[in-house]
Amino acid sequence: MTEATLRVWRGDRDGGAFEDYTVPTDEGMVVLDVIHKVQELRAPDLAVRWNCKAGKCGSCSAEINGAPRLMCMTRMNTFDPGEPITVSPIKAFPVIKDLVSDVSFNYEKAKTIPAFAARPKEADGTRRMYQEEVERVQEFHKCIECFLCQDVCHVIRDHDENKMAFSGPRYFVRLAALEMHPLDANDRMELIRAKQGLGFCNITKCCTEVCPEHIKITDNAIIPLKERVVTEFYDPLAWAKRRVFGRSGRGLPPAAAPGPSSPHSREPEPPSA
Amino acid sequence: MAADYGTRMATTAGVTRGTVTTQVERPDRWWLEPVAIVSVLGLFVLYSAWAGLVNAHYYSEPYLSPFYSPCITSSCPHVTFGVPFVGDWWGFSPAVFIVGFPLVFRLTCYYYRRSYYRAFFWAPPACTVPDARAKYAGETRFPFILQNLHRYTWYLAVPIWAILTYDAVLAFIFPTPDHTGFRLGVGLGSLIMLANVAFIGLYTFSCHSCRYLCGGYLDRFRGAPIRYRLWNTVNRLNTRHGLFAWLSLFSVGLTDLYIRIVSMGWLVDPRIVF
Amino acid sequence: MTETIDRHEYDVVVIGAGGAGIRAAIEASAQGARTALVCKSLFGKAHTVMAEGGIAAALRNVWKEDSWEVHFRDTMRGGKLLNNWRMAQLHAQEAPDRVLELEEWGALFDRTEDGLILQRDFGGHRYARLAHVGDRTGLEMIRTLQNHAVHKGIDVHMECTIRRLLTDGDAVTGCTGYWRGTGQLVAFGAKAIVLATGGFGKAWKITSNSWEYTGDGIAMALDAGADLIDMEMTQFHPTGMVWPPSVRGILVTEGVRGDGGTLVNSLGRRFMFDYIPDFFRKDTALTEDEADRWYTDKANNRRTPDLLPRDEVARAINAEVKAGRGSPHGGVFLDIASRRDADYIRRRLPSMYHQFKELADVDITASAMEVGPTLHYLMGGVRVEADTAATTVPGLFAAGEVAAGMHGANRLGGNSLSDLLVFGRRAGLGAAAHAASQRSWRRPDEAQVALSTREILAPFERPEVGEDPYQLHGLLQRTMQANAGIIRTEDELTRVLADIGKLRARALKVRVSGGRTYNPAWHLALDLLSMLTCAEATALAALRRTESRGGHTRSDFPATDLAWGSKNVVTRRRDGVLVLTDEPIPAPPDDLHRLLGDDAPEQARVEPELVIEAARS
Repeated sequence: MTEATLRVWRGDRDGGAFEDYTVPTDEGMVVLDVIHKVQELRAPDLAVRWNCKAGKCGSCSAEINGAPRLMCMTRMNTFDPGEPITVSPIKAFPVIKDLVSDVSFNYEKAKTIPAFAARPKEADGTRRMYQEEVERVQEFHKCIECFLCQDVCHVIRDHDENKMAFSGPRYFVRLAALEMHPLDANDRMELIRAKQGLGFCNITKCCTEVCPEHIKITDNAIIPLKERVVTEFYDPLAWAKRRVFGRSGRGLPPAAAPGPSSPHSREPEPPSA
Repeated sequence: MAADYGTRMATTAGVTRGTVTTQVERPDRWWLEPVAIVSVLGLFVLYSAWAGLVNAHYYSEPYLSPFYSPCITSSCPHVTFGVPFVGDWWGFSPAVFIVGFPLVFRLTCYYYRRSYYRAFFWAPPACTVPDARAKYAGETRFPFILQNLHRYTWYLAVPIWAILTYDAVLAFIFPTPDHTGFRLGVGLGSLIMLANVAFIGLYTFSCHSCRYLCGGYLDRFRGAPIRYRLWNTVNRLNTRHGLFAWLSLFSVGLTDLYIRIVSMGWLVDPRIVF
Repeated sequence: MTETIDRHEYDVVVIGAGGAGIRAAIEASAQGARTALVCKSLFGKAHTVMAEGGIAAALRNVWKEDSWEVHFRDTMRGGKLLNNWRMAQLHAQEAPDRVLELEEWGALFDRTEDGLILQRDFGGHRYARLAHVGDRTGLEMIRTLQNHAVHKGIDVHMECTIRRLLTDGDAVTGCTGYWRGTGQLVAFGAKAIVLATGGFGKAWKITSNSWEYTGDGIAMALDAGADLIDMEMTQFHPTGMVWPPSVRGILVTEGVRGDGGTLVNSLGRRFMFDYIPDFFRKDTALTEDEADRWYTDKANNRRTPDLLPRDEVARAINAEVKAGRGSPHGGVFLDIASRRDADYIRRRLPSMYHQFKELADVDITASAMEVGPTLHYLMGGVRVEADTAATTVPGLFAAGEVAAGMHGANRLGGNSLSDLLVFGRRAGLGAAAHAASQRSWRRPDEAQVALSTREILAPFERPEVGEDPYQLHGLLQRTMQANAGIIRTEDELTRVLADIGKLRARALKVRVSGGRTYNPAWHLALDLLSMLTCAEATALAALRRTESRGGHTRSDFPATDLAWGSKNVVTRRRDGVLVLTDEPIPAPPDDLHRLLGDDAPEQARVEPELVIEAARS
């Protein structure tokens, strides 16, 4: 049986320090397994968030050797035996205890994003979208809300005062998913520029580097949003074009072709209050 | 008090990061990347400034250094398109007129922005390493708000690339020894210039603004098959935009260097003329 | 010491924020009820995100031949006819609307060529029926519901554990619990409560469930006087990861088989052809050629036995391993690498690819996976009325895995997500209607609040040297795994009950150290009590059902018994002890009964030889 030593941050809002724990390990273990061993054998009250243990729920975010990662997807055999491994809570947000931080900032930001609003159905009562259109947005829907991108983003990590004006990479991914959704009819461009603080992002790409779902946050979500904001607010030619030709949309309805009769021609539910 | 997330905005947004130490926990050599970028970009800037101002040895028939193309003053040994726009009164390097075009394209490029914000501004120097400055406003204010005009710099970069491509074509046409006619041929310089425009082309057309203009602005691709295909192609190139940025940077510098050395007579350009 | 208690009042309190809970809250709120959604984890982390394969609904986008009637038939037959027929009917009829509603709220399912929702094959479904997004359908569903709910005026209380339902002797009046972050106690006054708390898979060692699955809702309902049914019906998903040990039990989606993967033993044989029960023989390919043709031509071929219902496949894998034809780490092989090209696999099963690559160093496009059964789902739970999701306690509703009846003795893959949507909505409607019929809040009974407070804080107040909750949890998992697994006997179940008795006595002596701020030992000490209650109910019900059917297999009663086919085992708490009775299941009306086929219910049976063989070896 082998052993591993973790240097775990223990403490709460009033302060804390790193403590070393040496516990036995097994083949194939991930950092979260070792943390559980520490709970079981050494520190029963060691606080840690976790759920699925398979990289799907995004609960067990922490900083392992200073790198924002999911503990459940960080295998112990990626470290050299005997190498010291530090585990600390994500630091962009206030710590509650040990490895658990108060991430409510993110849930507050989620509320500031106007919901999806579907445009009218096709003439045959269906909603048609095509694989090549949905694929771009499906990448964004992979987000498991681990908030590692929020944690690593220096705009809020290093500058608390920006938290009011800046929503962070996770919510730019969400906004990109809404803006590029083939069916969405809401316009959020002014919101993205003024309230969500897209301009604060200086595309240094740390969010992309830490994303456990390998979403190309910067290249595929943030930069295309920046380009859309440019068209809306900074591009004199685009402005002139809008004045002359009117708003031409973003490839919105190629007026619904009357298709074959479909099983979904039933009436929609009355909208929820 | 945890949990009720109905009423906590004011508290959360105001609260500082808590008490966890902010010392750098990364055990790796995170400073390697910024140091490397500062060194390489710094060297390039120094070399190109010198090469652009020295106003000599930038042409060795039929090779024109990309730093001096298009060459539009009458002092040029090879005036692009044959018509000088600027007369003899101009005593400085002809490069001054055109150096700004590729410069602003690269300066506002999304990839270079990533690199220099990290390496030169230390905002941040590396992921999870604290910013150097206490205040940060990103690209919301002057001058950085001008980065939003990147697509206009792309409009400028495309004709420059076209002219460099024209230069590369001319690099395969050699004068006869008696200077009365021309013959096709291939020299090492022709190949270098060809590789250079290839890299610059890849860099220019993998640009994020180009991707947007090609079709990225659409939400629905059905009914726009050409734009979809264009967007898709640029999308694939775009994943290597950073690589092309470096390759084209090196190729531009090395092309100038090669032509300079040949022009100074330090090296004879190996060539086959048909 | 007087304990201050945080107090809130709502029309409807929904406990649990998985698919069913969020859907219920959305509906209750839409009906005008002031609604709270309370969950143990962060919002959006519920176990629903783990659902991979898809949402079963007869949308008829891929197969025009499909209909709610066929879906109903598949569900009932898959459940070995133990289902509440009315629930199965409502589910099959309403699932398509619920799926389209998700699309209305922004969900992006994979598409067919002509732009409609693509549907995939899954075990036990006659037609390709599962609306899906690659292999992360649950994530898409929960995120869509979450984003929709955010703007509906629902108060979400995260990281809050509810420990007890308050009643006025008859109807529910509220519930009590604590904030995990601070340890602060909380009491909710409520006119109606919806339980959406899931099952209790964490009582087993090898499970696909997360720590949250501790059966709090079932235990609380039982304590409040509600009936439980079918607690013996536990689903072992046939394909969980088996290696390395730390990931044992993590789910491998049925979509792997739906997209062409096959189960193979150590001799290289596709052994599922040896395990086709008579009940499914008519619908199942008997040769490998026919099975392979079926993927592309469903009209002229029968489905592969790899996609038999989960109970059949789990028993077959169990039998192969026991017969010594298993893989090196005690599973069997699941092979898609040799049958589909790498691009297809990565596109259709991205998170499976990712999961095996990162956790097991296995490239599933190049080599076979090792898989084995893992405790996945509880068909049993709180008895509900089909149309309103009302439990037997007035004002208490239940939806999702915590509710019972919908899936009978065995749940089909894909029917869970649709269950959450259909009955989540109905529970929200039922709860809002009940709340509207109540003129005012009844004051919570302070004696019950005080009792609950004492229970919650007890682990801090016991003598210094006490039991360790982690150790007790480990012991419970060990005994459940060994003695209440896929194949059960009277002896083993009796042993489980004895172990549970001892563990409960020790659980009441747990002493936790540290403070109340986010203290996981304390949380586990309390969750452990719920798990023990549920485990006891399961063991008792399993002892009582002296036959084998669906998710309940007894090697001492290997045959399926017709008499048991029309009975639920009902569990109640009376005067502190669990009391079990058998009660008849209402028979479906004639028109629905005809849909089930001529051979029902005579042949809804487990193959006795298989059970005996598996138990013997």
